[in-house]
Amino acid sequence: MSIELIIGILNIVLISTTPLVFAGIGELVTEKSGVLNLGLEGLMLVGAVTGFITLVLTGNYFYSLFLSIISGVILSGIFAFLVLNLMTNQIATGLALTIFGIGLSAMLGKKLGGTPIDGLNPYYFIVISFLLVFFVAYFLSKTKIGLIVRAVGENHNSAYALGYNVIKTRYLTIIFGGVMSSLAGYYISICYAPMWQEGMTAGRGWIALALVVFATWKPWRLLVGAYIFGGVAIMQMNLQAIGVKLPGQFFNMMPYLATIIVLVFISSNKIRLKLSAPSSLNIPFEKNQ
Amino acid sequence: MLRKILTILSFLAVISVSAVHADQKKIGFIYIGPPGDHGWTYMHDQGRIYMENALGDSISTTYIENVPENADAVRAIRKLAASGHDLIFTTSFNYMDQTLEVAKEFPDVKFEHATGFKRTDNVSTYSARFYEGRTIIGHIAGKMTKTNTIGYIVSFPIPEVIRGINAFYLAASKVNPDVKIKIIWNYSWYDPGKEADAANTLINQGADIIVQHTDSYAPCQAAEKAGVLAFGQASNQEAFCPNSHMTSIEDIWGPYYAAKAQAVVDGTWSSEDTWHGFKDGMVEMSPYNTKLLPLDLILEAKNMETAIENGTLHSFEGPIYNQAGELVVKEGEVADDGMLASMMFYVQGIDGEVPQ
Repeated sequence: MSIELIIGILNIVLISTTPLVFAGIGELVTEKSGVLNLGLEGLMLVGAVTGFITLVLTGNYFYSLFLSIISGVILSGIFAFLVLNLMTNQIATGLALTIFGIGLSAMLGKKLGGTPIDGLNPYYFIVISFLLVFFVAYFLSKTKIGLIVRAVGENHNSAYALGYNVIKTRYLTIIFGGVMSSLAGYYISICYAPMWQEGMTAGRGWIALALVVFATWKPWRLLVGAYIFGGVAIMQMNLQAIGVKLPGQFFNMMPYLATIIVLVFISSNKIRLKLSAPSSLNIPFEKNQ
Repeated sequence: MLRKILTILSFLAVISVSAVHADQKKIGFIYIGPPGDHGWTYMHDQGRIYMENALGDSISTTYIENVPENADAVRAIRKLAASGHDLIFTTSFNYMDQTLEVAKEFPDVKFEHATGFKRTDNVSTYSARFYEGRTIIGHIAGKMTKTNTIGYIVSFPIPEVIRGINAFYLAASKVNPDVKIKIIWNYSWYDPGKEADAANTLINQGADIIVQHTDSYAPCQAAEKAGVLAFGQASNQEAFCPNSHMTSIEDIWGPYYAAKAQAVVDGTWSSEDTWHGFKDGMVEMSPYNTKLLPLDLILEAKNMETAIENGTLHSFEGPIYNQAGELVVKEGEVADDGMLASMMFYVQGIDGEVPQ
């Protein structure tokens, strides 16, 4: 293998893994505060289509990025209102958000879908994704607000008794997660494969969700996990192109398989589970308890 | 789930429309994807629009999009049949058994199933000889490649796809014996990101021409970005990659749909199997890119189209050997339709194995 070939492979791995890092790190923060948002796929699609349409209509990358972020704020804000104020079931609401996002994005993109656009250089986003992981890792372990987020996720009643605003904290983490998913979607439709077509995220939202569990809610492990998933996918393509026979279907299911294995591993060890998974995850918070 | 909701909504639309014109013949379509996919479903929808324009007021059309290839398809087809449609086109291979099931319940309704092989008295099948187009692009690729390496992105190992690879390779190696094709199986028809990854991987490994048998235009875009050449799929993709798009193989369904609808209007429809290519205009090449291709090569390609049309050239002319070196088509003969329809082997010269 020549140096150029290896650099080329690394380049493709970086480009293809970045959306997983964005969506995954956002969901990690949301889950750290005790909320499970299964709506990533829908958020990504709406973020992707909003960015695409705005770029086609205005030709301005800044506006398109801005509106894409706004779409994430609005959709995840609605999700937050439903699960925090109305205390709806988080799993059902998240699934509904995904279904809603798939439909909404298809409807929004119908008219302008086949318009050719100039893609944006992916390297800005790749650099930002690494900085984000660093920032989130620092935020969750070293800052006061980060510790509050974790306290809320571990035991919301104690956090509330200590005087922390559980609802407000969760609003912020849910919206942060939503914006990160929109960015992942924006990256896909503007940098990765510059186009809009229905359902173009092709399940990456679900892989990002699996990734958070795989990383046992640790930011650096999430980064490593994302690059393992991304790297294996690109390596198997390289091996195929060289002529090595591989079970391609197997590689498609690998991220999920790896996640199940991690789930089995951490649930068989109660101490590890307590160390990593937020204890209040998926439990609704009621103020007057 | 969403698809189910959409399907139900579409049913309501179908029912409300169907009350209006009782004397018209009603023609329904079942689509696997959205008409905006700029690929497979888009071209079927173009065919539907062509048919509407050709037959005018004597017909009205409806379609249901995003119908999954499972029991939902039965409900969608049955709904069209029950709401008074006279002719129903089901436009994906895996609607086969569902089409037959509904056709049995509605013997007076005519059905047309795309790319299938099971027929009854009221079910016809039709498909296009896309491989004829693959012969043309194989010839062009063989002449245009400088690295002698061609990247080929494919979806699933089914006869249609493997037939395409073989037709492409036979034509390419005929004009350039040193040509090698590198194949990546994506196991999906449609994942723009993954298709772009595959294209970039192939380019990174030295491919200077990208060929695809998947549904998005991401590979062509990736080729454009990397400055290598590409061929499009199903519809003309020049707008998305003007500096790398040499030509596309287009699926042209309109005239066939119009003819079948006319037959229903006239009462002359009968069950039959149709497999058309260049000759009947069901497969066409997009305009050749004069900025990229030398004029004499464009002329050669056009002559090949004519030769395939009038039968003097065939995509699978013997002698053809399989990878084990066994003679599968004898010298002076061409592969028959039975062999083409069930082709699950690579011809000699292609590296790697057909995935199982």
